[in-house]
Amino acid sequence: MKIEIDEISKAFGTTAALTPVSLSIPSGALVALLGPSGSGKTTLLRILGGLEFPTSGRVLFDGQDATGLTVQQRRAGFVFQSYALFRHMTVFENIAYGLRARPRAVRPPKAEITRRVTKLLELIQLPEIGARYPSQLSGGQRQRVALARALAIEPRMLLLDEPFGALDAKVRKELRQGLRDIHDETGLTTVFVTHDQEEAMELADLVVVMSGSQTGGRIEQIGKPADIRARPASDFVRSFIAA
Amino acid sequence: MSDLSHATPARRFRAPTEEAPLARWLLIGFVTLALAVLVFAPLIAIFVEALSKGWEAAWKSLFSREALPAIKLTLTVAAIAVPLNAAFGIAAAWFITKFDFRGKAFLITLIDLPFSVSPVVAGLCIVLLFGANTAIGAWLVAHGFPIVFALPGIVLATVFVTFPFVARELIPVMIEQGRAEEEAALTLGASGWRTFLTVTLPNIRWALLYGVLLSNARAMGEFGAVAVVSGRRESATTMPLKIEMFYNEYQGATAFAMAGLLAFLALLTLLLKTWLENRHAGELSANRRGH
Repeated sequence: MKIEIDEISKAFGTTAALTPVSLSIPSGALVALLGPSGSGKTTLLRILGGLEFPTSGRVLFDGQDATGLTVQQRRAGFVFQSYALFRHMTVFENIAYGLRARPRAVRPPKAEITRRVTKLLELIQLPEIGARYPSQLSGGQRQRVALARALAIEPRMLLLDEPFGALDAKVRKELRQGLRDIHDETGLTTVFVTHDQEEAMELADLVVVMSGSQTGGRIEQIGKPADIRARPASDFVRSFIAA
Repeated sequence: MSDLSHATPARRFRAPTEEAPLARWLLIGFVTLALAVLVFAPLIAIFVEALSKGWEAAWKSLFSREALPAIKLTLTVAAIAVPLNAAFGIAAAWFITKFDFRGKAFLITLIDLPFSVSPVVAGLCIVLLFGANTAIGAWLVAHGFPIVFALPGIVLATVFVTFPFVARELIPVMIEQGRAEEEAALTLGASGWRTFLTVTLPNIRWALLYGVLLSNARAMGEFGAVAVVSGRRESATTMPLKIEMFYNEYQGATAFAMAGLLAFLALLTLLLKTWLENRHAGELSANRRGH
């Protein structure tokens, strides 16, 4: 699904989080929102997911105005920074949650839910852990379960907030490839937020470099990793990708 | 320096947070003594006194024409006030922890108000607001729904006095858990109500249970506020009021029998809480380990 961000701004009370930003994300792309904290990248992601509403501007999905869609109507698979797994449910129940939450008319039958959850557990290469609770998993396993839970709702796009932030360096590398594989397999338009330029450059097809300022976060440069490396559009980008 | 060539003898080190043995035993002794004198002794005294004329006499006095209505009234009041406060408490805690708004600190202080205001004052407020000589009170009496000197007044007084218990238990738990799990449920397509039932409520159930049990114990035991609101009328007398009446009328045995029952109900509440905690220990610790 193609995502367009049209002059979106956001303020929390008197604090500006985003100056009007525009961005067009082609269908099926893997995009990184890269920037330091305070650059509004998470805010932008949450606006796409319907968890925040913009102060002004529009969001378009496949050319249709989606600004007013509720979080449920967006059908965005969202992976939260600390994964936000339901701690009182097993891994299986976590992944099945979105399917079971559907209205009766479109809810798959029980056997179908089991089949799909099993398939997702295989996709994330953790077929054995359905009966465990989140507290019994390692950080990397939790991240993959969160990803499977987001994929279970057959999302129109995948949004990830610092998906590798809480992991150690080795696991991070492995899961980067895992996300790349899942993206290539599902073909979902995927947007992830990161402050790690190496991660953004290595993983994404398209990198959006953002910076913070008094008037809110703004976009410094949009481009392929190689182009950004070769031709940084501003001093900020140059120093940020050198870091 | 020849010592150095030998293996160092085993030495016991004390953890920085550990006290010297003497201090430890003094502290434990002091706490045990305080508990014994202040908590256990009175509790045992009540049961000894209540059963001084045997089980049967105590039992009979509880089922007398005078005593039984008070017991029924107390249970009725608790049965109405506690669920009301559970609902109010959840709503207040939800509102405070899930939204940012001006005057939040003030609202939290307001929730604590019943802890700091004397229950007698609370009772008087209700009489002042809903008494028969006020406009609202007169209108309600005229329409056959008197508040003061009747069940609604007692319920109101009890709700006021026990208001903070549930909210106070829930607010820290809900702040600690944050909003992420609820947001996750919403992104997965769950409605707000479904999110509340399947995510919020299970996450707060132990704190909620704890608050409900505390508030139940307090609801059954409330004296001051209820005394004012009931006007000490026979038809609006709860167990604590009745105990005092019996005692003043030199019916010591009946007073202690009822006091024993009230204390027993309180103990039952605590036992229930402990039992539930043990039964769900696995789940509880799974929650506490968190992530």
